[in-house]
Amino acid sequence: MNWRGVLAIYKFEMARTFRTIAQSVISPVLSTVLYFVVFGTAIGSRIDTVQGVDYGAFIVPGLVMLTLLQQSVTNASFGIYFPKFVGTVYELLSAPLSFFEIVLGYVGAAATKALMIALIILVTSALFVDLHIAHPFWMLGFLILTAVSFSLLGFIIGVWARSFEQLQLIPLLVITPLVFLGGAFYSADMLPPFWEAVTHLNPVLYLISGFRWSFFELSDVPVGVSLMAVTGFLALGLAVVWIIFKTGWRIRS
Amino acid sequence: MIDMTNDSMISIQGLGKSYDSGHTALKDVNLDIRAGEILALLGPNGAGKTTLISSICGLITPSTGSITVGGYDVHRDYRQTRRMIGLVPQEIHIEMFETVWNTARYSRALFGLAPDDAYLEKVLRALSLWDKRDTKNMELSGGMKRRVLIAKALAHEPRVLFLDEPTAGVDVTLRRDMWDMVRSLQEDGVTIILTTHYIEEAEEMADRIGIIRAGEILLVEDKDQLMQRLGKKQLRLHLQDAVRELPDSLAAYNLRHTEDFTGLIYEYDAQSKRTGITRLIADMAAAGISVRDLETSETNLEDVFLTLTNDEVPS
Ligand SMILES: Nc1ncnc2c1ncn2[C@@H]1O[C@H](COP(=O)(O)OP(=O)(O)OP(=O)(O)O)[C@@H](O)[C@H]1O
Ligand SMILES: [Mg+2]
Repeated sequence: MNWRGVLAIYKFEMARTFRTIAQSVISPVLSTVLYFVVFGTAIGSRIDTVQGVDYGAFIVPGLVMLTLLQQSVTNASFGIYFPKFVGTVYELLSAPLSFFEIVLGYVGAAATKALMIALIILVTSALFVDLHIAHPFWMLGFLILTAVSFSLLGFIIGVWARSFEQLQLIPLLVITPLVFLGGAFYSADMLPPFWEAVTHLNPVLYLISGFRWSFFELSDVPVGVSLMAVTGFLALGLAVVWIIFKTGWRIRS
Repeated sequence: MIDMTNDSMISIQGLGKSYDSGHTALKDVNLDIRAGEILALLGPNGAGKTTLISSICGLITPSTGSITVGGYDVHRDYRQTRRMIGLVPQEIHIEMFETVWNTARYSRALFGLAPDDAYLEKVLRALSLWDKRDTKNMELSGGMKRRVLIAKALAHEPRVLFLDEPTAGVDVTLRRDMWDMVRSLQEDGVTIILTTHYIEEAEEMADRIGIIRAGEILLVEDKDQLMQRLGKKQLRLHLQDAVRELPDSLAAYNLRHTEDFTGLIYEYDAQSKRTGITRLIADMAAAGISVRDLETSETNLEDVFLTLTNDEVPS
């Protein structure tokens, strides 16, 4: 293992993050505050509680997940797309690094940044609502697994993308809708039976449900299923990345 | 595991590369690069120089053939081979928002080496970049960016250095500096492969010259031999009056008549110390042949290059 190389990529990417730390943190925090104002206050005044949990608190796990998914995908896809775009990828390819080591560096940095911002959102939320976390260990576990899985997805998008438009396509067109429809702001059982069934096809539902369980011990699907879903994503991401690197797809002609 | 029985550093066998577009950039290239030599690859645009380098450095996957560096296979033992190789790409690709210093340190770490700031300082000083170490890459001029690329390639103390058209867009001073640096690297035992369009550059720098065209190596030869082969000069003497019979005193010069007998052609070795021109003129004067005018011409690399590369490309 070329650990120095992995660490170099990781630190290089983290330095890039800290150069733009203000905008990296301010915008998610600001949108979280807006969500609280709109969903928590406006809608919350009509809904009151969901399954016995104060609505304001109920949406916190969904909000954190929303940010985490967006951040993971965006950071990782941009992280690998940028060297491709400016051409510095030549150095990565000519260095004694395995594909796995390159992924470790980029995905590790992307997931770290996403986790940091997710935790900042969590702390911000605590200023608005009374938060109680039933299983902090599981909560962190879900956060980390999700961050890594979706950073892998982001990495794949970054390798695939041939333009900045394509880079933004998936997060905008796929991730955000899936999170909104995945029970971020409601419980699936509040929907009519047909739509509830449809929602169960949404992979993000399992993430949010499991994550919410770690807070309130309430979930749309059994927590074991959620855990399997996250692990499944992780395995799928790793498999795709492995194939990409084996074939040199869109990286090494 | 460097093979000591021959001094080959890089061995390329049957290398072929077809890009996904269907274009065949390299056809059955066989080439041995000796340890410690400076090899210049000459060839027109699109000849396959960059493709050849990219195959050795791991930027592209060859379609056929095998490559070893220091006895290691570039595919199977890529960690060993890549650690030995430094690459200065043709295009300027650097991280714009980073400082020169961080860029160099990053490159070293990427290749798995422990930090060595003293060594990096030496590299940056040799490239006149030391004063610019805290400057962001984007604030550097084009020539300085190229130096940063060289610093990056040298950061991990490579045994083999590839310079892909290092002097494109570089002024005379930097070109001089660069060649000085290349020579001192060679003294340290580094094997250097450079590509260029400029014959003078190959002539000045290289120990051996390879000519590549349309994905094929046309010839690889010691520069000195090549120059000797090509270094013949001709002296054309235009005579006052036509001369059909030459006196015996001029027989030793192997002179040839021009078609209309108003001129004589003398061939000599431009590389040798004594060309014999002074004596020839004196002997001719003594024989009563007066010269109206004279001119010299030489075959050089350029001529060979042009004849070789302008031939109809076999398809
Ligand atoms: N990624 C690619 N996909 C398809 N064709 C390519 C690719 N890269 C290079 N080629 C083609 O392969 C041939 C050789 O290109 P290469 O860059 O190796 O030439 P070169 O000798 O370095 O030329 P130059 O002196 O212009 O740098 C060219 O015809 C080029 O168009
Ligand atoms: Mg080229």
